[in-house]
Amino acid sequence: MHLEKATLLYNKPLGKNYFRLACNAAKIANDAVPGQFVSVKINNTHEPFLRRPFGIHKVDGCRIEILYEAVGEGTRLLSKNKQGSFLDILGPLGNGYDYRYALIRHKTPVLVAGGMGVAPLFFLAEKLVRSLGRKVRHSPRVLLGAKSKNQILCEKEFKKIGCSVTIATDNGSAGFKGKVTDLLKQTLSTLDCPLSTALYACGPRPMLAEVSRISRKHGIFTQVSLEEHMACGIGACLGCVVKTKDGYKRVCKEGPVFNSEEIVWEKHTKGGR
Amino acid sequence: MLKRQAQLSVYIGTLKLKNPVMVASGTFGYAEEFKDYMDLKKLGAIVTKTVTLKPRQGNPVPRTCETPAGMLNSIGLENPGIDVFIDKKLPFFKKIGVPIIVSIASEASAEEFIALAERLDGIQEVSGLELNISCPNLKDAKSGRGSHALIAQDAQATQRLVKMVRKVTKKVLITKLSPNVTSITDIAEAAEDAGSDALSLINTLTALCIDVKSRRPKIATITAGLSGPAIRPVAVRMVWEVYKRVKIPLIGMGGITDTESALEFFIAGASAISVGTGNFLNPKVSTEIIGGITQYLEKNNIRSIKKLTGSLLCQR
Ligand SMILES: Cc1cc2nc3c(=O)[nH]c(=O)nc-3n(C[C@H](O)[C@H](O)[C@H](O)COP(=O)(O)OP(=O)(O)OC[C@H]3O[C@@H](n4cnc5c(N)ncnc54)[C@H](O)[C@@H]3O)c2cc1C
Ligand SMILES: Cc1cc2nc3c(=O)[nH]c(=O)nc-3n(C[C@H](O)[C@H](O)[C@H](O)COP(=O)(O)O)c2cc1C
Ligand code: FES
Repeated sequence: MHLEKATLLYNKPLGKNYFRLACNAAKIANDAVPGQFVSVKINNTHEPFLRRPFGIHKVDGCRIEILYEAVGEGTRLLSKNKQGSFLDILGPLGNGYDYRYALIRHKTPVLVAGGMGVAPLFFLAEKLVRSLGRKVRHSPRVLLGAKSKNQILCEKEFKKIGCSVTIATDNGSAGFKGKVTDLLKQTLSTLDCPLSTALYACGPRPMLAEVSRISRKHGIFTQVSLEEHMACGIGACLGCVVKTKDGYKRVCKEGPVFNSEEIVWEKHTKGGR
Repeated sequence: MLKRQAQLSVYIGTLKLKNPVMVASGTFGYAEEFKDYMDLKKLGAIVTKTVTLKPRQGNPVPRTCETPAGMLNSIGLENPGIDVFIDKKLPFFKKIGVPIIVSIASEASAEEFIALAERLDGIQEVSGLELNISCPNLKDAKSGRGSHALIAQDAQATQRLVKMVRKVTKKVLITKLSPNVTSITDIAEAAEDAGSDALSLINTLTALCIDVKSRRPKIATITAGLSGPAIRPVAVRMVWEVYKRVKIPLIGMGGITDTESALEFFIAGASAISVGTGNFLNPKVSTEIIGGITQYLEKNNIRSIKKLTGSLLCQR
């Protein structure tokens, strides 16, 4: 884990409230695995006070990218940071997805993204595609869910690296009309053998609970990436815990990725989107 | 002319620290979490997350939220209990080679404090005990709701407890005070009279944050402890008040995020300081502060940090 002063390379808007930020952070880029995150100090004042966690979206040589939505004060201020400025960034944090599972067991990886949950899944898709080499039979299938068409992110990028992409929108403005979890149900039902897949999901907590319910029925290996409010991001404060079958675990340290059957899914009032 | 290096060493009771910069209980995990970011050996001392006799799973989430220049927490003393602590966590601390102060607490009884102190008294690598009698995030034993009466809110209860623990341990004994009191000096004197070697102050301030959209508290236990720069002026004032009334050394904390904020505490009367929430913003800030204090002392021709303690100039 490293604390870096990273040079901001770009911080581009992607549609209304979404941004793609790239920075030079060689040590973090070198160590990162898909599913890990970074923790960013937005500026050097106490407003906003705490660091903000973001999934690692892409790694390219010395550079890392994050994809984020301006939802509050911190992310809004982040979106104002200009090229050439420095970003105080801590990472890579957390455990990451077990992408080797799909490779070793010859499973077709199915990546299920709800909204901004797409962010860390692109890094995962790239890693899988690269590791698979020419075994295209098992190239990742990506299910992207969002409220409407203009909130679908990264469709082209996934296709470009050889993933098959299907889309679900709540209002039917693109692809399947309905929830991405309904699309997942449909996708699994068309397969001769749902067990030949491995699921990797990221998105709001209720969506992940539903993914977990669906996959349990089929007995499919499933990993989910959770969000929880974080103060330290490095396992020190015990603020970010989630209830598991073995008691509370820290989302920032033992997670953010968990095997779905580990989690005690309860009604969640805060966190996640 | 060759300048002599400023002296940073201080005594907390009989315990000598090579420098006066410590890290506060509950904000430094079990130290392992910080080893990638800094040289742990540089610290003056490390205070562990509070440990209790039995394991505690802690409070439900959300446990933290951000506030202006600070944060609320209601962790509820999640910890694996003293046995697992000694087995699994202490070995790493022993390897670091800096004084380890184990923070202990009990929700239930004075007997538990004594049992904890007795267990730890026999462990050579434990340099001191900090009595956490000021955690605001435990349930009230009667109502089952937040904010129970703290030992640190009652001078007599404080005196009784410190006396009892004093009898069973030869380790350096530190009492951690709560700011949620009418007169912190009364509690400080009670702890001193009962044989505490030093005082840590302050723990968090009881607070409440409301999400107006849902009209719900932002923290599951409703109330929680406020920390960070938001509480610093309160903490500095309390250190100053207590410094005037007791002789034992004070360990000042509350919102320290850089050298300047650390220096305020020394000037107000602290012999040492602890970095708490500041560790979350910059995980290596404690070591930066050690360097910063040295620079300040040398620049101002102050030979020793001891000269700075209580050096507040009150005349205009
Ligand atoms: C492991 C992890 C990975 C994440 N990855 C991404 C990502 O790749 N892209 C992205 O857009 N967002 C991501 N998030 C969510 C992102 O951290 C929040 O949107 C952001 O912190 C909001 O800050 P704010 O100041 O704009 O919002 P505010 O609502 O003003 O924030 C107030 C406080 O709440 C916390 N908070 C708010 N929303 C969340 C949330 N959903 N999860 C955790 N804490 C929250 C903030 O950190 C802050 O402490 C991730 C969260 C976690 C825990
Ligand atoms: C997340 C968190 C957990 C804490 N846990 C403990 C604890 O277990 N025991 C204790 O005595 N104090 C605990 N504290 C209080 C701190 O040690 C310190 O007294 C307080 O936060 C004020 O200092 P600060 O503003 O520098 O954080 C905790 C504080 C925070 C923020
Ligand atoms: S955010 Fe502090 S332990 Fe996870």
